Amino acid sequence: MDMLAGKIKTTSQNLDSAMNPTDMLDRQIRLTARDVTVHYGTKQALHGISIDIPDRAVTAFIGPSGCGKSTFLRCINRMNDTIEGAKVGGTIKLDGEDIYSPDLDVVELRARIGMVFQKPNPFPKSIYDNVAYGPRIHGLARNKSDLDEIVVSSLRKAGLFEEVKDRLQEPGTGLSGGQQQRLCIARAIAVGPEVILMDEPCSALDPIATAVIEELIDELRENYTIVIVTHSMQQAARVSQRTAFFHLGHLIEQGPTEDIFTNPVNKQTQDYIMGRIG
Amino acid sequence: MATDIASPASRSASSERTRAIRAGLVRRHATEQIFRGLGIAAIAVALGFVAILFIDVFRKGIPAFVQSNVHLSVFFDPELIDVDPAPARDQFPSDAEYTAASLKWQRSVALLNWNTIVEASLRKAAPEAGDMTAREILSIPETDARHEIREMFVANPSLLGQTVDVDVLASANAQNWIKGNIDRSLGDKQQQLSAPARALIDTFVENGTISNGFAWSILTNVDSRSAPASAGLLGAFVGTLWMMLIVVVLAVPIGVAAAIYLEEFAPKSRLTDLIEVNINNLAAVPSIVFGLLGAAVFINWFHLPISAPLVGGLVLTLLTLPTIIIATRGALLGVSPALRQAALGMGASKTQMVFHHVLPVTFPSILTATILGVAHALGETAPLLLIGMKAFVASVPATPLDQAAALPVQIYLWQGNENRNFFEPRTAAAIMVLLGVMILLNGAAIYLRSRLEKRA
Amino acid sequence: MNALIVAGVLLVLLGVSYQTGWSKSRNLATANGVKVHSRPQYHGSYSAIWTMIPALVILLLWAWFGGGIARDYAVSQIPQDTLLALDQAGLNNALNRINALASGYGVAGDVAPWEQAAGSAVRSFNFLTFAGMLVLAVVAGGAGLVYARSRITARLRARNTVERVISLLLLACSGVAILTTVGIVASLVTEAFRFFTFINPIDFFFGTVWAPNNAGGANHGQYGLLPLLTGTLMITAIAMLVAVPVGLMAAIYLSQYAPRGFRAVVKPFIEILAGIPTIVFGFFALVTVGPFLRDFGNAIGLNINATSALTAGIVMGIMIIPFVSSLSDDILNQVPRSLRDGAYGLGATQSETIRNVLLPAALPGIVGAFLLAVSRAVGETMIVVLAAGNSPILRGNPFEPVSTITVSIVNQLTGDTDFTGPQSLVGFALGLTLFVVTLCLNIFALYIVRRFREQYE
Repeated sequence: MDMLAGKIKTTSQNLDSAMNPTDMLDRQIRLTARDVTVHYGTKQALHGISIDIPDRAVTAFIGPSGCGKSTFLRCINRMNDTIEGAKVGGTIKLDGEDIYSPDLDVVELRARIGMVFQKPNPFPKSIYDNVAYGPRIHGLARNKSDLDEIVVSSLRKAGLFEEVKDRLQEPGTGLSGGQQQRLCIARAIAVGPEVILMDEPCSALDPIATAVIEELIDELRENYTIVIVTHSMQQAARVSQRTAFFHLGHLIEQGPTEDIFTNPVNKQTQDYIMGRIG
Repeated sequence: MATDIASPASRSASSERTRAIRAGLVRRHATEQIFRGLGIAAIAVALGFVAILFIDVFRKGIPAFVQSNVHLSVFFDPELIDVDPAPARDQFPSDAEYTAASLKWQRSVALLNWNTIVEASLRKAAPEAGDMTAREILSIPETDARHEIREMFVANPSLLGQTVDVDVLASANAQNWIKGNIDRSLGDKQQQLSAPARALIDTFVENGTISNGFAWSILTNVDSRSAPASAGLLGAFVGTLWMMLIVVVLAVPIGVAAAIYLEEFAPKSRLTDLIEVNINNLAAVPSIVFGLLGAAVFINWFHLPISAPLVGGLVLTLLTLPTIIIATRGALLGVSPALRQAALGMGASKTQMVFHHVLPVTFPSILTATILGVAHALGETAPLLLIGMKAFVASVPATPLDQAAALPVQIYLWQGNENRNFFEPRTAAAIMVLLGVMILLNGAAIYLRSRLEKRA
Repeated sequence: MNALIVAGVLLVLLGVSYQTGWSKSRNLATANGVKVHSRPQYHGSYSAIWTMIPALVILLLWAWFGGGIARDYAVSQIPQDTLLALDQAGLNNALNRINALASGYGVAGDVAPWEQAAGSAVRSFNFLTFAGMLVLAVVAGGAGLVYARSRITARLRARNTVERVISLLLLACSGVAILTTVGIVASLVTEAFRFFTFINPIDFFFGTVWAPNNAGGANHGQYGLLPLLTGTLMITAIAMLVAVPVGLMAAIYLSQYAPRGFRAVVKPFIEILAGIPTIVFGFFALVTVGPFLRDFGNAIGLNINATSALTAGIVMGIMIIPFVSSLSDDILNQVPRSLRDGAYGLGATQSETIRNVLLPAALPGIVGAFLLAVSRAVGETMIVVLAAGNSPILRGNPFEPVSTITVSIVNQLTGDTDFTGPQSLVGFALGLTLFVVTLCLNIFALYIVRRFREQYE
């Protein structure tokens, strides 16, 4: 227990250094989390997570499975609300606005913070309807041609349009795994989010599809704030600019990806990167 | 404009989108509330029906558990009871001759008009009824009062010349009048009883000759048509008991054995597939079809007796079998492979593994499934009608081969009785008994499951 | 009494034979010190099998033929001249009297000397045959036991034999299910075929008038299925209109919205509806719902019959609610969570997620559940017998009384008829129709549901 307490102290020291403007690569901070805790029933899954997430960059959460990285990701768009018995404490702010404030509408929040899941989960609808679903429910298109434009541009941004342009009315479930995941990304983009959360988006894909998605993530960061949870350190190294290492529900270390991988401050981070944990 | 809708670079586009989303939020949340409300409404409707049904049945049925008794002091008048003394065993050389004489004496007793004795007792209780006809007076006690008094005399011939206090049931019509099951303001023509008889009943109620008590007769009597007020459920209850016994004795071992075979021993073949599909479909075959099967096979081909609990039990066994097989298979499927491998690894044969290790673990589920299956069979009515169980039976079946009624069939028969005022409450009371048994069984299933699962 | 004695003898045989095999096996193991293939209890069971089978065969033969033999003997005890004077009914009566005397029960009326004599003769005959049969069974069982005991050696693979017998027994038990189906199909088809020798199938399936002449005679009456079919379909449709929205919405609320505690309390209460016998629903429909609907109709100026398609349909719908809701609940729970998350992640509200994602994904399964519910409604009997009004006339007004296939089966087959005329045989033709319709619905529904499950596995 004492050991853990010591580590938490280190974490907050890291945080101070994270606040250093030069370290943030001149990027604006979109998301700030302070002392976030999560309980599932009586079990505590997250302990006092504090982190800042910059705009137009990819932030990667790494750590062994069960470390709380996905749990924290799901706090950012309040997906934990849908789990019975989950309780979230602390504050998370998007552009300075508390996302857990009672005035905030979770529907609106999720329209601003999109999410891509571990397993591709296209709806059992056509490719077109999959992408058009978000704009439809949110009333973002005034007419059919508006909607068509949103669908096409979203599919383009997800790099899928050329592959599916002739079969937009076919079911989304008929695509290959990698295509399905890009469809899900297009679906998220179509709502026009400011932040995109990705929960191990490549874990169900083969290496080639993974490479395509990684390339896509790299392109998307021009316009979006991206947070990606990954169990693959190589992936984190390839796609992210900043990395945060989670272990046993604690945020152990965070910083520019290069620093974390080449010069970790914390012993546990070092162990994980060297493949000694998890 | 739509092209850069997804680009947060354009702050104005972003805020415009937020405005668009916000504009729809009120409507969307309202829809959400309506949808949720519909869900609650659906549950309220379903639960409301449960509540209404139970309240309705109980409201109607509870009054039937009260019966009106007429207290008579019966004088066994030697002038009216004009028969030879009862034969005694020592007057005859053999049992057979004694039985013959005894039966003969009973016939002569039965030939007497016992109604005159009932009438005399009633007149004694109500001197003001001087000019009422015998018919009017005798409409107050149930018609079997005379049999009751006669049986007292047959059992104890020394009563001759004595006066005995006897409680007899008030007739169905009298009870309707007392309980207000019939509208008291109706004219004479629509009333079942004459005006003097109705007045006399009221007098009797006032002076205590008629009083109310718990209607044990519902539980302890058999069905009766000539004396509806004394109609009870005992015969039907015992008939149902016989059938359930047959179901438990046949359906449970066969069902569990079949499930074990299919789940543990059967090779994966077309035949097993066929049996499997077959069982799933049997579970959904309408129950009345099983009745047709019983009528054609058991009664018409095998010449088993009509309206016997044996046939009913067999039909219900076939009806319950698929349920028990499916439930048992489900339970067997849930046993962890680790347990099986552990048993096999210790050198147990497959049979030993199943009977020593797998079956005990699944015992709670099988027990629950059995009880629920029996509870279901208990309420089945339609198939029993087809094998002749809607015949009127006024006896307690001593063996499963005797004619019998069954609880649900008794309900069916009573609801069809012409004396609606009297039999509607009585039917509801019978339903209460049936539901009571079912709730007991279901409760037992739930209790046992939680007990046994905790232990396991 | 006799049954108890037989059961007792069998139990004794069972005990003795098991014990014999068991102890022989024990002796083998201790005396020789050799390795015995099977454990003692298998040798015990092995001898028990060899003992019980011959004994049971003899008892079964006696059960099958004993009654006939006893009857023949009783007939032979009636004096020749008396016998000649008796017709069939008289003979049965005489035999009943003789048997009553033989059992010591006594009969009403005067007893003729020959009756007395025949009674005591039958009594001693019954006793002797019963005792003889018991002795024979015990001897046969004993012979089996001696044989089995002689075969018990260390090498005897008793366990394998016993297990083979057990698995054969198990196989026989699962054969019962097949036999049931065969019995249903055989009885329905043969009796329906006999019906069609009286009535042209075209007149049956396409006839619009249902008017069986139940009095019998040369004129059989008309047996048109259509009025019953329309009645059945009308009631089923009404029932579905009640059960599907309520059942589905209840399932949605319970599986998606309700907190765990609420669900745990409410679900059993709804399932109580499923456990209530249909005769109870019938009574409820007849005495409460029907009159209520009639009065309600009067109040709003509609002419609704107390017993009508509407009454029966509504109450049947109530009965099916838990069926629909528990099936839908299962199916909704099978839709993977990731699909719901996908919709929530886009900012869909809960009801949008349910309506736009969950229900379309679950649709095949829900259609399957719906078809199973239809099949159940079509085959339901007691509610319609009591509350549909039993009026087999072709009409389309749900406020009028109707009749259904099941009601007509119950009306035509009272159980005490012999199956000789179309009046009763039509029950089987109706039953066959019902069976085929429900079977098709079930097979199709189970197929859909299975496909649906496989899709998400």
